Amino acid sequence: MSAALQTFGLCKSFGGITATDHVDFVLAKGARHALIGPNGAGKTTFVNQLTGVLRPSSGRIELMGEDITRLPREARVKRGLARTFQINQLFGTMTPLEMIALVTSERLGRGSHPFRVLDRDAELVAQTAEILNRFGLDDIMDRRIATLPYGKQRQIEIAAAFAARPSVLLLDEPAAGVPEAERRELMQTVAELPDDVSVLLIEHDMDLVFRFATRITVLVNGRVLAEGTPEETARDPAVRAAYLGESAHV
Amino acid sequence: MRAETFERRVRQALYVARRWHPAEIAFWLLAFAAFLLFPRNLLLLNEIAILALFALSLDLILGYAGIVSLGHAAFLGMGAYAAGLFAKHVGADPLAGLVVGMGMAGLLGLVTSPLVLRGTDLTRLMITLGVALILYELANSFGSLTGGADGLQGITMGPVLGLFDFDIFGRTAYLYSLSVLFVLFLVARRVVHSPFGLSLRAVRDNSLRASASGVPNARRLAAAYTLSAAYAGAAGALLAQTTQFVSLDVLDFHRSADLMLVLIIGGAGYLYGGLVGAIAFKLLQDLIATFTPQYWMFWIGLFLVLFVLGGREIIHGAAKAAAGRLARLGKGAAR
Repeated sequence: MSAALQTFGLCKSFGGITATDHVDFVLAKGARHALIGPNGAGKTTFVNQLTGVLRPSSGRIELMGEDITRLPREARVKRGLARTFQINQLFGTMTPLEMIALVTSERLGRGSHPFRVLDRDAELVAQTAEILNRFGLDDIMDRRIATLPYGKQRQIEIAAAFAARPSVLLLDEPAAGVPEAERRELMQTVAELPDDVSVLLIEHDMDLVFRFATRITVLVNGRVLAEGTPEETARDPAVRAAYLGESAHV
Repeated sequence: MRAETFERRVRQALYVARRWHPAEIAFWLLAFAAFLLFPRNLLLLNEIAILALFALSLDLILGYAGIVSLGHAAFLGMGAYAAGLFAKHVGADPLAGLVVGMGMAGLLGLVTSPLVLRGTDLTRLMITLGVALILYELANSFGSLTGGADGLQGITMGPVLGLFDFDIFGRTAYLYSLSVLFVLFLVARRVVHSPFGLSLRAVRDNSLRASASGVPNARRLAAAYTLSAAYAGAAGALLAQTTQFVSLDVLDFHRSADLMLVLIIGGAGYLYGGLVGAIAFKLLQDLIATFTPQYWMFWIGLFLVLFVLGGREIIHGAAKAAAGRLARLGKGAAR
């Protein structure tokens, strides 16, 4: 099994607190992998190091076998690592069309062209249309993102990450705060992501995790507590004690 | 088949965003018609055109890239001195001087951009302010070059394109400044609707998401800052060339502060804010100055306080409604 994304002894400490503690993690190619753990387990810190928001204290990160530990964020995106955010990070004054066109234009290397005309760029138009279509954004493509319902905004989060054509997609709690009625559509979107994209899902909702993932890593106090199939994880007494037991009453 | 029709819709929606609005065409026709309509006020109109270009330059970074600046006069001054010195020592051709002014100011923008792009809005305000203060003092101390407090004198300008001599009524001056403004406006309009312009808006809206979308934020902001500096340099060059004089005043703090006011009046982020704001600001200044030459700052201050407190929505709303009506008229005429 070859790795799409791998970390070697990854560590991050803030002052005296160790938020990531020697994490060796493997995301296999084409995986549907979930990263779970109680609040404060260090999930977001871990993702922020993968994507370059934070610099690790020590350790190494490899994307498709290439060391990306010290690359800036945008360079990782160019190499195929995209993410969504737990709290919406969207271009509020843009329309979904503009936002997807932006991601597409950056991927096609158009972003530094000051005189190109967007609508005369057939490749850009076709690929932008394809993404809008795939994520069901066609009917709302020319409304301001800030005015759209929350569920739609979550959908745009995923669409924008996917528009970068990633080989590895990190979904940071994609369904967080989405009302039950819109949740189904969102999870459908996640389930329909193509197989050649390796997906790491960071999630709180156990129901979602067990429906989606074929492999689960449990992070507690910045350390990998357990890893295995959903069945193994559910049976693991240490996991139950540290995590499932704690949230069983939720 | 369906995919193709949707692509067409996408293309159309992208086109609509950059399409010329009838109100825009009317605006520029009026600006050029002003030459014939107000032959006695061409010197004032020239000042307005130059201030409008200066404000357009700030709008490029403030409105589109979200960079605040309290020291944009640094670039205006750099452009003015560069064009003035060029005319005095090298050549009297206005367009060559304009290019030199833009180039020098753009270079200054490029060199100072790493300072400005780090940090928060507050740091940026302080750094831009500091750079402008440094330049002011430099121009003051190097009197042998700049003329210091006496100003740079003895500038003689050649005819524009070798054909149109500058005159005391400001005829050539206004048409020259307005033409430069128009051309640079067309370029700016093209830039803000390009992929590059889209990426600037992305950085402004959310820099975290922008970098997560593959945008190299710092490089794009530096490019925008350089472009904006060159535009301010053009305004400075026009000022030096049409008045044939450069004083330390071009680097003064009030130039930068006035510019903020112009954009607050006109609104940032749609390119016309600086132009409309410059017209309103200059006319207001002129009007008040004829009544009370000594206290015009008092009245303009009062106006600004009232304007920011409540008048802005009302005025902008009315302007929008008028533009909408004009658009419908235009459509009616086309049919």
